[in-house]
Amino acid sequence: MSAATQAAPVPVAEALDVRAIRRDFPVLAQTVHGKPLCYLDNAASSQHPQSVIDAISNYYETSHANVHRGVHTLSQRATDLFEGARERVRQFLNARSTREVVFVRGTTEAVNLVAQSYARPRFGPGDEILISWLEHHANIVPWQMVCEQTGATLKVIPISREGEVDYEAFERLLSPRTRLLALAHVSNALGTIVPVARFVRAARARGIPVLLDGAQAAPHLKVDVQSLDCDFYCFSAHKLCGPTGIGVLYGREALLREMPPWQGGGDMILAVSFAKTLYNDLPWKFEAGTPHIAGAVGLAAAIDYLERLGLERIAAAEHALLEYAERRLAEVPGLHLVGTAREKAALVSFTVDGIHPHDLGTILDSEGVAIRTGHHCAMPVMEFFGVPATARASFAFYNTTEEVDRLLAALQVAREMLG
Amino acid sequence: MDLKDLYRDVIVDHNRHPRNYREMPDADRHADGHNPLCGDKLTVYVKLDGDRIRDVSFHGSGCAISVASASLLTESVKGKTVAEAERLYATMHALLTKDDAQIDLPSLGKLAALSGVREFPARVKCASLCWHTLEAALHRQDVPVSTE
Repeated sequence: MSAATQAAPVPVAEALDVRAIRRDFPVLAQTVHGKPLCYLDNAASSQHPQSVIDAISNYYETSHANVHRGVHTLSQRATDLFEGARERVRQFLNARSTREVVFVRGTTEAVNLVAQSYARPRFGPGDEILISWLEHHANIVPWQMVCEQTGATLKVIPISREGEVDYEAFERLLSPRTRLLALAHVSNALGTIVPVARFVRAARARGIPVLLDGAQAAPHLKVDVQSLDCDFYCFSAHKLCGPTGIGVLYGREALLREMPPWQGGGDMILAVSFAKTLYNDLPWKFEAGTPHIAGAVGLAAAIDYLERLGLERIAAAEHALLEYAERRLAEVPGLHLVGTAREKAALVSFTVDGIHPHDLGTILDSEGVAIRTGHHCAMPVMEFFGVPATARASFAFYNTTEEVDRLLAALQVAREMLG
Repeated sequence: MDLKDLYRDVIVDHNRHPRNYREMPDADRHADGHNPLCGDKLTVYVKLDGDRIRDVSFHGSGCAISVASASLLTESVKGKTVAEAERLYATMHALLTKDDAQIDLPSLGKLAALSGVREFPARVKCASLCWHTLEAALHRQDVPVSTE
């Protein structure tokens, strides 16, 4: 969280009513292996409030048709809903125009779109793409592919033992050949909130465009692409209580305008003949084929839900959970937190002496506690910390301190069984 | 689903104290196995005396199920012929993956402790990794085994 977006302490009277909120999420009211579900895998994918589920089913029950096609009523209704969702996303990100909001399948597709449509046609041998050691594979592999295709070189900003991106090293790595900075806003493996505004400023001052991977940030921080001043911002709906299969690429209009389409097909054209095809305007130029209309509708409903609760209050509630969890986990003998940055999103990555994370995952599941175990699609991060994998509990505003206590109790079961 | 079916005493013991856990620089055969999902990585080493497995060891890191399975593997195939080891590989594969497998559990000895793994689909690959890796070592496969 940058200083500008850091949540101020919220008076108790305005704090979220987590009991009431939990009733909004039907999936939470179930038992797993005979125990109440304790869902602490929100960084992988969050759950859905009834309003999102209803928005999607209402769409299918009353309004579905293809968009941008027919003159009939349902087609117009579907188009209005789809384009209305785009406007909702524009407000959420504070983009200047809906021309800058491209619907994609998710963060991964957004990064790939920029890699193939922005970077690939422009970059050549000797050019440098700068990423950090914290990145998710989705913000590494697309750039490696571009490097293979163009002869460009991938440069990696190191991180500290706490899991913070080394700003001084970043400045040293900036060179006249740096053509792009692609940076995680929040680390999915460690929870580090990268003070991206500072990095963006330095890069942009040198004329270097910046892509931010906001997959883990958009659910927890207020994102304002104008104040961040980034060129591209990517996020996925399913991490902010929306459906899977849809996400957003924000792109600065001037850059999007210059970029060629990356997939051809219907909807991205104005006119097609065998001699020449005229591409559609922004943002549809990048949306070939029938889009995930219901997904966009669900994403808009998710944004409505989150903003109704208040993003600042959500951030404050999650931060309180993080502080409580870190305090409680410190009590567990042999438990080591991996990633101890000063500014963190609400997740804890950890190892326990003598117990492999995968065993922790199974034992915790038998106690009804769902966490993620493994390399979190960030193998370089695991390698940096010298661990094959970690256990990761990630919190959402609908989690409670009692659930943190259940995590602790389940860890005790694991230690008795295998420790 | 009972966790005790997965983490039986034999498994816990072999995880805490893996048998034949060492590198074998003079091995006749060896192969690497990797389970990307949980990061299990191990190498299985085999020393042959004609057609017979004279010595076998493993080295690497992994979860309790993968370590215990590899440890049990080394104990059970040492002294067997390659053909006998292959038959055991097929039996273990069936034990871990087939609900209706007709297997004489007592004949498997301690390996029968792995029969509970089948109830935990996410963990089958952990238990089978070392067996696939042994198979690769016996067949001199140069490509590392991956369970993905």
